[in-house]
Amino acid sequence: MLTTAAAAVAGEEEFTQALAALAAASSYADKDAAATAIAASAHPRAEPVLGAMSRGELYTRGSDSRLVTVTDAADGFALVDAATGEDLGTAGKSDVNRVTLNNALRSSLRGLLATLKLHHADPKQRIAAIREVGESGDLEMRQTLTELLATEQNSGVRTAIDTAVATLNLDSTEPAERLAAIERVGGVVNSLVRTKMSALASNETLDEETRSAARRAVIDIERHVAVYDVVQTAFFGLSLGSILVLAAIGLSVTFGIMGVINMAHGELMMLGAYTTYVVQQLMPNALGASLFVAMPAAFLVAGLVGVAIERGIVRRLYGRPLETLLATFGVSLVLQQAVRTIFSPLNRSVVTPAWLSGSVEITPGLDITLNRLYILLFSLLVFGALLLVLKRTRLGLEMRAVTQNRAMAAAMGIRTDRVDLMTFGLGSGIAGLAGVALSQLTNVGPNLGQAYIVDSFMVVVFGGVGSLWGTLVSGLSLGVASKLIEPAAGAVMAKIFVLVFLIVFIQKRPRGLFPQKGRAAEA
Amino acid sequence: MLAKRWLDHDRGGYVLLGVLAVLAVVVPVANLAFPDGSPLHLSTFMVTLLGKYLCYALLALALDLVWGYVGILSLGHGAFFALGGYAMGMYLMRQIGARGVYGNANLPDFMVFLNWDTLPWYWHGFDAFWFALVMVVLVPGLLAFVFGWLAFRSRVTGVYLSIITQALTYALMLAFFRNEMGFGGNNGLTDFKELLGFDLQSDKTRVVLFLTSIAALALGYIACRYVVTSRLGRVVAAIRDAEGRVRFTGFRTHHFKVWVFTLSAVLCGIAGALYVPQVGIINPTEFQPLNSIELVVWVAVGGRGTLYGAALGAAVVNYAKSTFTALLPEVWLFVLGALFVLVTIALPRGLVGIAARFKRAQHA
Repeated sequence: MLTTAAAAVAGEEEFTQALAALAAASSYADKDAAATAIAASAHPRAEPVLGAMSRGELYTRGSDSRLVTVTDAADGFALVDAATGEDLGTAGKSDVNRVTLNNALRSSLRGLLATLKLHHADPKQRIAAIREVGESGDLEMRQTLTELLATEQNSGVRTAIDTAVATLNLDSTEPAERLAAIERVGGVVNSLVRTKMSALASNETLDEETRSAARRAVIDIERHVAVYDVVQTAFFGLSLGSILVLAAIGLSVTFGIMGVINMAHGELMMLGAYTTYVVQQLMPNALGASLFVAMPAAFLVAGLVGVAIERGIVRRLYGRPLETLLATFGVSLVLQQAVRTIFSPLNRSVVTPAWLSGSVEITPGLDITLNRLYILLFSLLVFGALLLVLKRTRLGLEMRAVTQNRAMAAAMGIRTDRVDLMTFGLGSGIAGLAGVALSQLTNVGPNLGQAYIVDSFMVVVFGGVGSLWGTLVSGLSLGVASKLIEPAAGAVMAKIFVLVFLIVFIQKRPRGLFPQKGRAAEA
Repeated sequence: MLAKRWLDHDRGGYVLLGVLAVLAVVVPVANLAFPDGSPLHLSTFMVTLLGKYLCYALLALALDLVWGYVGILSLGHGAFFALGGYAMGMYLMRQIGARGVYGNANLPDFMVFLNWDTLPWYWHGFDAFWFALVMVVLVPGLLAFVFGWLAFRSRVTGVYLSIITQALTYALMLAFFRNEMGFGGNNGLTDFKELLGFDLQSDKTRVVLFLTSIAALALGYIACRYVVTSRLGRVVAAIRDAEGRVRFTGFRTHHFKVWVFTLSAVLCGIAGALYVPQVGIINPTEFQPLNSIELVVWVAVGGRGTLYGAALGAAVVNYAKSTFTALLPEVWLFVLGALFVLVTIALPRGLVGIAARFKRAQHA
């Protein structure tokens, strides 16, 4: 403990001296020396200072020639003390002087920064820096990288170093070294490695052994890329499918159990998305948590509107499905216009919390975006929860009884009108949840629901009305199918193909993939 | 007289035909005989607006034929209307000739813009008016025939049918939005100059188009009456009320449904073909599902299953739409939405139903 504290103080001292030297430096050579000293101090502030310097954001303040980093502000510059990171307020543009750079200094700074990053405390940052070095093509850096191996403990970082050295060695003039490098990075999917390999394979001046090894490596890489492409497409397809499932599942409940088409379903999703927006506006300081507030809120808002629709309209039109369709369509128009009047017709953007943004790298060349992954999981969760409600609760039992035979269920003492109300509320609430998920993927606007309504009906019809599993299977398969068609035919044609396929499919199997069995299905 | 038999006990029909006859005389006279500024003068804008309503009325009539009499709620009838419109629009595009912005006599402007050098095969023939007229009838008719044949044979009914008709028009909308389709992409077809050599902007051409629309609506009405009062019409009404029983009695119900559906689509196509030269543009938004659903509400407001009610509904709702969108554009969707709810819940027989109830009350 003591030694590290002492080392930090020592670094502090060198850092301060180097900064003073930089502030006083007049020639580029002096600046270079000062920058090298800053890097050598290994001070935590060294990297931000050098980074700002390389971007041309490092200035000296005219009044006390203190080094400051600046960012543009409304009136001039916002200043931050380079040595401490302390906020120094704003200053006019003429009160500060830029630490000027030339090309030699710039490239030297790049090297210093890379070395600094190579020693970063966070292994992830180290790996990123090592990769960058590996792709720089700078054969001098091999030495630096190999030196790192001596102290590095983290196995992931060690592998990265190994790969980076091998990547650099691809440019080596030693045939044996080159050959070993080709074997080493053969399986690494990376566009730079790929181009280098292709260049090696077609380079007539090289020996046959090297060239054939490079050729094999290219084929290997291409095979990997093809596999990753398929995985990536499948993931996008599943992601689209999960959204379709989320959108359709509530519809499946109301349509399957009540035989009622709710054309306002899409607008209930829109309400869910707007609820997310409003919740975020209400708690701007806790965006990460706001989603967890938004989910129950959206469920309630959409569910209550659904209950109102059921009480006000659907109930009065019982047994007239076509009229129900028209009346609920009217509701959807009113809801759209209401949102347009309240929130303006422009799209509102919902902030994606930090834990949802970004992506995870499964292997180099295969990234998966986090928000899509979470939405996929979310829709499976909603699906599972709904399944539990239907199979394990009293309400679910009654719902299934009403689905199978309404008159008989009523005769057994089930209050079918209450079940209808709860069913409609549940289906609408799920639409609200779907809206929360959608708000993380697209802009929130009054037409949000319209874009999904036709698709989600298709999913329900394709899967078979009243079959939750059918909805899941059909949603996911339609999602994957349209993403598979997309690269070949374009997004619009993919959509048209899917629609035409469904129109033909309904001719063949009018009751969907998983039709309800038994006498109830004949009605 | 045959027409008399078809119109027997059809007081609403007489009223409708009477109104059309009066309009056919009054409108041209008011527009052409009285000079601008005279209190009796009717502007060409109004003539065109009325012509537009007539096209909508024909469209509503066609929908009522399938919804009111066969019980098929099509949410895709706008597609047939738009297809008829596109067929006419293609003829009008060819009529522009070398007078387009690019002055290319062989290609419409948008194709020049897309760097196409030859006319796609499906545009050939549209130089001839007769060919365009055949296509106006054939394209929507054929689509409806194939679609109806597939759907009705597999006994797709009720809400399922409604949804797939909606998918049909949605798919067509997406397809027509594509530039590669060769129908002008999202700009559609526009900038028309003349029809059969007559300037489309002149008052006289507008009046003739108006009169043609009146004739089309009147003939369409009589044709529909003929269908619903014939033996076919009685079978069809029986299908609407109990399809299973009709089938067991030995009728191939899907044949009847397909024919009526096809006839309806043809009427839509004609309405579209008359609509396009009057409004001067056709673009893919005509395919959007909302249009087809709005059309359903015209019929519902007028009163379905009466034919003349559909025409009345089309006129009333569209007049309301013109008024509202001019005065309070934000309110229109509220009104339209409320209309859907109100009509289905409180007025299942529409405006015609109110009139009938009023009359019954007087008799009692």
